[in-house]
Amino acid sequence: MAVSERDPHSGHMTTGHEWNGIKELNTPVPKAVWLFLILTVIFSIGYWILMPAWPLGKTHTRGLLDNDQREIVARRVSAAAEARSNWMHQIGAMSYGQISANPELMAYVREDGYRLFGDNCAACHGMDAKGNSGFPNLTDRDWLWGGSPDTIAHTIEVGINSPASKDTRVSQMLAFGKDGTLDNDAVLAVADYVKTLSDPAWAKGKAASVAKGREVFAANCVACHGDQGHGNLQVGAPNLTDQTWLYGGDISAIYTTIYEGRQGEMPAWAHRLSPVDRKILTLYLLDRGGKQ
Amino acid sequence: MVSGLTVSERQWSMAILVIVAFVGLAMAAAGANRADPMQAHGFIVLLFSLAVFCFVLRDYYQPEPAAARLASYYDDPSKAGIVVAMLWAVFGMFIGDWVAWLLAFPDLTFDAAWSSFGRLRPAHTTGVIFGFGGNALIATSFHVMQRTSRARLPDQFSPWFVLVGYNLFCLLAISGYFLGITQSKEYAEPEWYADIWLVIVWVVYLVLYLRTLARRKEPHIYVANWYYLAFILVVAILHVVNNLAVPASFAGAKSYSLFSGVQDAMTQWWYGHNAVAFFLTAGFLGMLYYYLPKRAGRPIYSYRMSIIGFWGITFFYMWAGSHHLHYTALPQWVQTLGMTFSVMLLVPSWIAAANALLTLNGAWDKVRDDATLRFMMMAAVFYGLSTFEGSFMAIRSVNALSHYTDWTIGHVHAGAMGWVALITFGSIYAVVPWLWKRERMYSPVLVEVHFWLALAGTLIYVFAMWNSGIIQGLMWRTYNDSGTLTYSFLDTMVAMHPYYVARAIGGLLFLLGAIVGCYNIWMTIRRPSELPAASGDIPLPVNLQPAE
Repeated sequence: MAVSERDPHSGHMTTGHEWNGIKELNTPVPKAVWLFLILTVIFSIGYWILMPAWPLGKTHTRGLLDNDQREIVARRVSAAAEARSNWMHQIGAMSYGQISANPELMAYVREDGYRLFGDNCAACHGMDAKGNSGFPNLTDRDWLWGGSPDTIAHTIEVGINSPASKDTRVSQMLAFGKDGTLDNDAVLAVADYVKTLSDPAWAKGKAASVAKGREVFAANCVACHGDQGHGNLQVGAPNLTDQTWLYGGDISAIYTTIYEGRQGEMPAWAHRLSPVDRKILTLYLLDRGGKQ
Repeated sequence: MVSGLTVSERQWSMAILVIVAFVGLAMAAAGANRADPMQAHGFIVLLFSLAVFCFVLRDYYQPEPAAARLASYYDDPSKAGIVVAMLWAVFGMFIGDWVAWLLAFPDLTFDAAWSSFGRLRPAHTTGVIFGFGGNALIATSFHVMQRTSRARLPDQFSPWFVLVGYNLFCLLAISGYFLGITQSKEYAEPEWYADIWLVIVWVVYLVLYLRTLARRKEPHIYVANWYYLAFILVVAILHVVNNLAVPASFAGAKSYSLFSGVQDAMTQWWYGHNAVAFFLTAGFLGMLYYYLPKRAGRPIYSYRMSIIGFWGITFFYMWAGSHHLHYTALPQWVQTLGMTFSVMLLVPSWIAAANALLTLNGAWDKVRDDATLRFMMMAAVFYGLSTFEGSFMAIRSVNALSHYTDWTIGHVHAGAMGWVALITFGSIYAVVPWLWKRERMYSPVLVEVHFWLALAGTLIYVFAMWNSGIIQGLMWRTYNDSGTLTYSFLDTMVAMHPYYVARAIGGLLFLLGAIVGCYNIWMTIRRPSELPAASGDIPLPVNLQPAE
């Protein structure tokens, strides 16, 4: 039968139960516990009275404060839009030149453009906009499609080779080797020739190959890249005579580009970003130093 | 182990293993027919059951065990469960730390489907929660329920069915993730056939527990058993309801949940939060309520606090799940209930933590000297801290900052590492010498080393995630004067990077501690027994029934 005993350390009685040597004290529940239990219950009841809380079949108790989280969010979103509307409206209405000349508006452009670029463009072009292999540097003055504000804005709007836009810019570097247009020797020769356009020292000791490459170039490449290899902004064909390379300018990268072709893609942002956002991004890029 | 089973129990085992093997074969054939990943699972089931079958067969012709066995507790399944739990711990924590490094350095993967974040992450959570935690709960529950009932397990077959069957479930779950099999419900990822198997295992577990309790020689049921039983019963309910699904085909792995949209989200988080409550809290409180007073040699501080703590926890927790869905499509009134019940839940949670810590009054010198008891003390402290944090984060305005940030990860790991793992390690260090009849662990110094590695790892992890989470939450909501967001998402990633490295280091320390623990436990088991069976650690004589 259960026999209580006094615990010498705490002075409390045990309950008299014992399991495998474990006993229990019959210590009363401290008053603080009851106090906090009561306080949290009172808090909860108060909260239920003030806020939407208990279901009543098809509806629920609304609460005295008439609090509705969806209404609150909608109100805050429209208040924030209202706060932005003044300067955003100006950016939407003014020309690129007018905005660039307005230091106050350009401060907004830099602030919001930084975040827009980070959230939408940086994954490919980098936080610093300096690009990666296959993704152009946007801070130099070398533009594939042209660097005027309207051109940049158009590129952002429709993208390049973007399946999401029927007006997208289209640019295909053909896979001359893979598709059999050129045999491998011809690809090697034209790679040598293209390399000499930006690096004349490369011709040393390769006169025959370079000469052959010049002929292949004239027959196959000039339509897009031009007689002198200076490129063509209309089709996004890069200038091959400068030191800017999208996929790398060493001989093996050039060979790969000619052999396998390149069809880089930039998404169309027309459905993702508002016209004002795209305008801010254009201004932000021009401000980063990418003017032509 | 097999020689401890009666011949008829061996026959039962083999019959069931043959049935399971045929089910595996059928799954493999059905899957192969449709080129479905179920094929691989079929082979796993087949090979698993054949391996266990061979193991049973090896000792099948051993003589029937002596009737004298019935005069002692049946601890073989507990021993096996503890060893398996430690192996799962090392596996689950290794994957966890890999994932932690992967988050800091995204290239630390093999560019393969199986090693992508989305598959490693559930392998980590399942490995530590179900593999480590679940096996530790099963093993200790067998140990505790026999002692506190003074009754031997009613038979020797069911505990093995529960333990082995449960590990087959864990194996199917984790191999499934690597194969790409998941129903995409957090902590309930395994597909329908694994879920059905777990239901069978779990029902046997529940029945086994109830049968043992029914045979008890004590007039009252001890608190630890209330918690273990709540764990078993509620996990059964949660598992069945949340996993209600219609298989796309009985010959394939894919199934579709019975719930959709916000009802699915609510069901999932009712499940998810109560899995925290009844798997990761109630079960481990059962552990705490036995091993802590036993190790400290002190009576439980207050029986009355045990009662209101237990009923408070079981009642309030059930309502709290909707706090995972604040500011979502879930109706606001449901969020209100989730928040307020979470606030009230703090009081019974702290009652349980305080009852544990006050039990140590009169034994604090032991806490100072004994790392095993210190594990349990620290677990109770972390239990108190993380339940306070949980109630705090459930408040809607706090949640507006903390939700979707690393703060949640920090909170979960304060609970999982600080509370669940520490109480488990403490209990295992207490029970291993008892089970294997050793005077003490092989090396008390290594227990001490494990304690400090685990504590340091937990603190580094949790502080890193608090910092990271709060920084992240604040950056997400910072506005410029112009009314636009100040930071891009990538800025927040850059800001989090140092904390991700720190987190991975904390996790590494914790993993190292678990490996030290494995070594220590292994050496303890290998050391020859120097103790006679502890006198008094035997059940009261059973009034033998004819069938036994």
